[in-house]
Amino acid sequence: MINLLLFPIIIPFFFAMILMFFKEQVVIQRVLTLIGLALSLVASCWLVATVKTEGIQTVTLGSWPAPFGISMVSDMFSALLVTTTILITFFVVLYSFSSIGIERERFFYYPAILFMITGINGAFTTGDIFNMFVFFEVLLIASYLLIVLGGEKRQLRESIKYILVNVISSAIFVIAVAYLYSVVGTLNMADISVKIAEINQPGIISVIAILFLIVFGIKGAIFPLYFWLPGSYAAPPIPVLALFGALLTKVGVYAITRTYTLFFVHDIGFTHQFLLVLSILTIIAGCIGALAYFDLKQIIIYNIIIAVGVILFGVAQMNTAGLEGAVYYLIHDMLIKGALFVLIGIIIYVTGTSNLREMGGLIKTHGTLGWTYLIAAFGLAGIPPLSGFIGKVLIAKGAFEADHAFSSVIVLASSLIVLLSVIRIFIYAFWGPQQHVLPARDQRVYRQMMLPAVMLVLITAAYGVGAEWLMPYMKDAADVLADPSIYINAVLKE
Amino acid sequence: MEFILSILIGVLFTAAVYLILSRSLLKVILGTGLLSHGAHLLILTMGGLGGSAPPVLIDGITDFADPLPQALILTAIVISFGVTAVILVMAYRMYAVHQTDNMNELRGNDEHD
Repeated sequence: MINLLLFPIIIPFFFAMILMFFKEQVVIQRVLTLIGLALSLVASCWLVATVKTEGIQTVTLGSWPAPFGISMVSDMFSALLVTTTILITFFVVLYSFSSIGIERERFFYYPAILFMITGINGAFTTGDIFNMFVFFEVLLIASYLLIVLGGEKRQLRESIKYILVNVISSAIFVIAVAYLYSVVGTLNMADISVKIAEINQPGIISVIAILFLIVFGIKGAIFPLYFWLPGSYAAPPIPVLALFGALLTKVGVYAITRTYTLFFVHDIGFTHQFLLVLSILTIIAGCIGALAYFDLKQIIIYNIIIAVGVILFGVAQMNTAGLEGAVYYLIHDMLIKGALFVLIGIIIYVTGTSNLREMGGLIKTHGTLGWTYLIAAFGLAGIPPLSGFIGKVLIAKGAFEADHAFSSVIVLASSLIVLLSVIRIFIYAFWGPQQHVLPARDQRVYRQMMLPAVMLVLITAAYGVGAEWLMPYMKDAADVLADPSIYINAVLKE
Repeated sequence: MEFILSILIGVLFTAAVYLILSRSLLKVILGTGLLSHGAHLLILTMGGLGGSAPPVLIDGITDFADPLPQALILTAIVISFGVTAVILVMAYRMYAVHQTDNMNELRGNDEHD
């Protein structure tokens, strides 16, 4: 089927539009959202299978041949990310039934989520640099709604900053695209890659590379540009935070990976070295933040920044092992961040506070929650055989092959800090004497919240244990990234 | 012509940066508007302003304007209008709730709530 790769974009969009007509009927909204996400999940799994057997899928809209029409391209990397995105959204939506509150559900909560998925999947799939800007705006405008939904005092204050930062970075995106267009005269990503190879990346292209790094770095929260993230992400309620933390920064990371493996590959000594240094600094800054706070949300939010650094460190190696590790770790991180945010949401629901110092002794009353959290924490830190381990091993292998042994030691050492920061939550919240009387909570709601959390953690565990079966997919994804000509041939074929 | 437009874009960016760095939220929003307009003019200029005929392909015409930057600008302008409207509404709500439009008073983290 030729239009298969458009389904994960169109189905959420279609269901979002349908949902707009049922503003007050929350039950219909819930059911339709789940149906829409399930259908998209089937379509995206089918897409992964098709890409595996038949190679890269492309659609040129309006049947204009590749450099002229807008092309949508689905290689293994983007197909896997699309599938993961929909999977996480499915569980977070399941979680938000019992946690987000009826008021927000009545105010276009589910349509906003589906529009955001449309934008994210579009950004993952598009093969046209300007269309990537458009899909970024689609997901950003939906996220503006999600972050401010509820209109609490603190939400309004933080969301205005979030919007201003993103509007300015979007303007820089347009500027970067304008410069790139003036140099290469095309917008199709495969064609840009060919044209840059023809002129052999003069200095101006390196300048544009850094400009792109600034733009996507703001969205993806790399070292000097992550300043907005901890404040803005702490403002919305937990399900929104889980979606943002698992998905939004990863779109920036995807865009950096795509541009830095497809366009700017001829002056690796400058551009990728720059990326390498920034990713190390990102990891260090994230570690400092993760240790500095005694607030559940902030600790996990700073862990997002660490993970962004680790993934980009893998990308900066530019060899197959490093890229394979980056792809594996990227998907691992999306899953585990979704699971962790959902879990700390439950901890906050149970204790009524997000301050670690006011918790304690939860393991006696909420055993399942404790052990599930422990597995998720070990998975994040990379205890074998859980999923964080394999990604980091591959990234470290790539770094040793590329003679970046010293910096890979920092990456591996950061695992210890990650472990310390998440185990601290376990020790403070679950061990020790009970600090105060737990507020009375409905056991049924608690069980409804636990269901998606346990399932997400099981999926992350399966992702680590079953890595042997998944490796061919990761290898396909990394091959396309390591060798741009595969991508170019698939898009520009006659 | 490109020379004049380049200067105009520079002026727009300068004004935008000046406004974005100010304390009043409304001025910051006006600044982002100017910034995106500067970016739109930049696309047009970077695509090349040459060409005297419309981009309709007839045999023998070689001197035509590049339609692509204009299409890009059209999209970008619509997006920037939409986003500006969203920010203005949100700024109004924020002013209603916080009773201030001074960015200095909107600092804060969890501990201050």
